Amino acid sequence: MADRYSFSLTTFSPSGKLVQIEYALNAVNAGVTSIGIKATNGIVVATEKKAVSTLVDDSSLEKVAIICSNIGMVYSGMGPDYRVLVNKARKAAQAYKRIYMEEPPTAILVKEIASVMQEFTQSGGVRPFGVSLLIAGFDESGPMLYQVDPSGSYWPWKATAIGKNMVNAKTFLEKRYNEDIELEDAIHTAILTLKEGFEGQMTENSIEIGVITGIVATKDDGAVILPEFRKLTPSEVKDYLANIV
Amino acid sequence: MEYNGGAVVAMVGKNCVAIACDKRLGVQAMTISTEFKKTFQVTPKTYIGLPGLATDVQTLAEKFRFKVNMYKLKEEREIEPRTLAHLVSSTLYERRWGPWFVEPVVAGLDKENRPFICSTDLIGCINFAKDFVVSGTTSNQLYGMCESLWEPDLEPEDLFETISQALMNAVDRDCLSGWGAEVTIITPDKIITRTLKSRQD
Repeated sequence: MADRYSFSLTTFSPSGKLVQIEYALNAVNAGVTSIGIKATNGIVVATEKKAVSTLVDDSSLEKVAIICSNIGMVYSGMGPDYRVLVNKARKAAQAYKRIYMEEPPTAILVKEIASVMQEFTQSGGVRPFGVSLLIAGFDESGPMLYQVDPSGSYWPWKATAIGKNMVNAKTFLEKRYNEDIELEDAIHTAILTLKEGFEGQMTENSIEIGVITGIVATKDDGAVILPEFRKLTPSEVKDYLANIV
Repeated sequence: MEYNGGAVVAMVGKNCVAIACDKRLGVQAMTISTEFKKTFQVTPKTYIGLPGLATDVQTLAEKFRFKVNMYKLKEEREIEPRTLAHLVSSTLYERRWGPWFVEPVVAGLDKENRPFICSTDLIGCINFAKDFVVSGTTSNQLYGMCESLWEPDLEPEDLFETISQALMNAVDRDCLSGWGAEVTIITPDKIITRTLKSRQD
């Protein structure tokens, strides 16, 4: 069985496109919206936790994932594909740490994940990942927000949205974003942007928010301490929601 | 480790570090070169010293040059001395059951120009020292010399004198090291390398 599918399924169309990647992007655009906003002192990423039915215990569903202490990510698209990438990202970060005893800079980790995703567009018997990722990290060059697509291309963003409502969300962000925005404002803006395309009631259990903020500190012996990525607790999310009428 | 001979020492001064090595290459008792230096520049502000089996000295110098160049291209910045120390450690431990016969010394200034030195054993155990580190066939003699001569906060010129005296007198008590020495002082503005003429025996 394996030998019949050892050719690459992502082959070029006459117009120079890889249709499998186009279709993967369709899968991403069918997924719920995710937002990422970079502030002067940190980054916020947010997503809807859309459960299929009210009977689902959504407290155990994790969409915003911590990769290593200074990097976190969120997705739009196929959940199971995302889980695989989260594991690969975590392993890549720890492998870097084994060599250098340091957390990887955001750009380095993003390049690793992007090359994994690209491999699946040029290998035999596999299909591209049906997710786009928003990776938020804080390293010595400051906060950085990246989007990685199923093709393996990545871009740094100041603010962006992916998924179902991305077009409207990005228009909304273009109006409300400015370079001097601080994290508190950014969280507020992220929630408002999610609300634009939200179906149903937005509660602290139906959205997930991850933030990374702080400063790069140095210990006496010269070792560097980076800010930590964390998810907001439901009660913190509830407070932010209360501030939005 | 006692086949080719060699000695390396590094010391911390006031906003500077010094690293020094002898220049002998021998095949047991016979000296075959007096120009075999064991310190290598890794970044504009960091040096690595590699005493031990000469073939491994050369190979590891090249391996680290490769790894550091790749680091610089990928991360778009110079590697910090502390990070280099861990890179050296993990590279050596990869060969835990068939080790490289070298005991490296790392000396440099970090991006805030704070001095950093350390040494590792042949399988990668890092010794983070605040004063001095020694390595090679002359290590015992160097420990004695450094312990008596070193004091904290030496200015670059004084540090040069101290490390030179420590190395010269230590290698005179080791038949496998000597035949000249090279001393490098690393300061925030410049790096000064001087060659010392010692007893040629």
